[in-house]
Amino acid sequence: MIDALGSPGSLLLVGGTSDIAVATARRYLAERPLRVVVAARDTPRRAAVADELRTAGADVQVVDFDAEDPGSAERMVAAAAGGGDIDVAVIAFGQLGDQDQLASDPAAAAALGQVNYVAPVVAGTVLANRMRSQGHGAIVALSSVAGERARRSNYVYGSTKAGVDAFYSGLADSLVGTGVSVLVVRPGFVRSKMTEGLPEAPLSTTPEAVAEAIVTGVRKGRHTVWVPGAMRWVMSGLRHTPRAVFRRLPF
Amino acid sequence: MSESTLLNGWGRTAPTPAVLTPVHDDAEVRAVLAAAGGRGVVARGLARSYGDAAQNAGGHVLDMTAANQVLSFDPETGLVDVEAGISLDELMNRFVPQGFFVPVTPGTRLVTVGGAIGADIHGKNHHVAGSFAQHVRWLDLLTADGQVRRVSPEQDPDLFWATAGGMGLTGVILRAQVQMKRIESSRCLVDTDRTPDLDSLMTLLAETDHLYEYSVAWIDTLAKGKRMGRSVVTRGRFATLDELPEKRKADPLKYHGSIKLSVPDVFPPGLLNLATVAAFNELWYRKSPKRKRDQLQSIPTFFHPLDAVGGWNRIYGPRGFVQYQVTVPFGQEEAMREVLDRLSSFGTASFLAVLKRFGPGNPGMLSYPSPGWTLALDIPVMKGLAGLLDSLDEVVIAADGRTYLAKDSRVRPETFEKMYPRLEEFRAVRKQVDPDGVFTSDLARRLAL
Repeated sequence: MIDALGSPGSLLLVGGTSDIAVATARRYLAERPLRVVVAARDTPRRAAVADELRTAGADVQVVDFDAEDPGSAERMVAAAAGGGDIDVAVIAFGQLGDQDQLASDPAAAAALGQVNYVAPVVAGTVLANRMRSQGHGAIVALSSVAGERARRSNYVYGSTKAGVDAFYSGLADSLVGTGVSVLVVRPGFVRSKMTEGLPEAPLSTTPEAVAEAIVTGVRKGRHTVWVPGAMRWVMSGLRHTPRAVFRRLPF
Repeated sequence: MSESTLLNGWGRTAPTPAVLTPVHDDAEVRAVLAAAGGRGVVARGLARSYGDAAQNAGGHVLDMTAANQVLSFDPETGLVDVEAGISLDELMNRFVPQGFFVPVTPGTRLVTVGGAIGADIHGKNHHVAGSFAQHVRWLDLLTADGQVRRVSPEQDPDLFWATAGGMGLTGVILRAQVQMKRIESSRCLVDTDRTPDLDSLMTLLAETDHLYEYSVAWIDTLAKGKRMGRSVVTRGRFATLDELPEKRKADPLKYHGSIKLSVPDVFPPGLLNLATVAAFNELWYRKSPKRKRDQLQSIPTFFHPLDAVGGWNRIYGPRGFVQYQVTVPFGQEEAMREVLDRLSSFGTASFLAVLKRFGPGNPGMLSYPSPGWTLALDIPVMKGLAGLLDSLDEVVIAADGRTYLAKDSRVRPETFEKMYPRLEEFRAVRKQVDPDGVFTSDLARRLAL
């Protein structure tokens, strides 16, 4: 259960090896020990993350999850819930993709759509069902400012995030009164392994800052958070920038 | 699937949905039990537990207040048989005019007998009378197998003392026999003392509490430095017929327990802040007499001042509040001082804290009272509170103290285990009478009870 002051007893990390997922677990563990389920593909990185979180005081369970396998989410949630109620679930997986390849290779675009949009929708549906029946819980979905208005430099990625954002925002409204809440997180450019080697965009942020926003957002029962907070006003401006200007912007 | 209702405790935090069914008799309780499913059942009374004791996310909750009859009363002995959904308020309305008071009352009379046993509540007379369960001769418990067992401290002490303080997790308390307390009048003779700081307060209570049947101190939590712990102590007993003024002797047991006004549904947030609360506390301290003896007070004034304001829990606004109530043994006064000091310097806009000395404990496995000091205060939900209370819990554990489940909404499971060394005994009884864990609650899940 998430207690009266917003502290959960269990945390499910879907895409548990992502930097934001790990940072979120560490941020919670800095306050209290808790049960953490790391759902990811069976890789050395997953084992390393599990060890790291155990050292930080978590009671860690490892569960298989593969965003490219449509049946994976159902098995993953069932396995995670086998150890008790899921208080907070973070949907933290995703790929950036290579825009040049995505622009020319339809199979690559479809694959990114599967991982970044279809899989989060499937996972969100399964999780919402599960949490509705347990009568409580919070789902945290990692959206992106890239979904707010797609740019020529990464519109395939941006479009998947726009879809994820719309799905979870609607899901949030459908869950009112069920005891389940949804937090949509819209970070700007996050310096992480996903963006390694890319030039930094303005107002870039860190996985730790995103984790802080997640913990605070869940605690306060927020529906949407931007990281950094100023991104909200920047994107509000960009959303209303005339197209002729927007497409010439240098990012 | 029946309609769910969002339920929360008195602190108005962490609401969860459950199917809420009013139950009038044993058969209706059994019917809900049979239809319960995997998320289980818990009984709910008047919902004065501050946290999540009487809610059950995704499951069933029994509204026990529909079964609220007096079954029999013996005016010779003061033994009353009641349905568990009856409130202490109703017991007072019925029996104060006949010369009987409830054996134990908390700061509100709006609790049910079932809840009073489930939380094994205490009152201002704990140092002489113990807690509520010590005045219960037997109770009828509907257990997970659908059987009704008459449980008493003599016949089945393990189940009785797991149920007393067991927060509804051993079964549904349907009926109970309670030993009422004989009174000659409905008026209390009250002595008031003001103490300038915590030391003088603790000394006063330690030296003279035994002279009073009822005793409690209200501390101004916003007073800092030398004035930390300044407080008003009110202690008293029921007046005898002879002690009443002439005009009251004609109707010595006259009693009115009505609620006078209510806090509106929407209370402006921000009205409670450090400045307004500090001003209130200052005024309250100054208007209290320094020393007053034998003042006649009514039962509501002496025992239940807050009941005069319906829905006062709304003043803390939509985010709700928690009550932090802990006890530490005698000899651990320094720990109590540290807890109070750190709460004061945290700067929460808290009204008054309550301090009291407990007498001996009872065999209840999860019963809260044990010999020592108990402190309680309301704190609005605010930034940094979770961490502060976690660290205060460490101070309390180091002093062999504990927190009160009826008030709790945020203690950690590992912390709770350290506070209640008899938890394993409780678990063993529960496993025996409810092997499948049919009776459960948000509190039980949160603390892995």
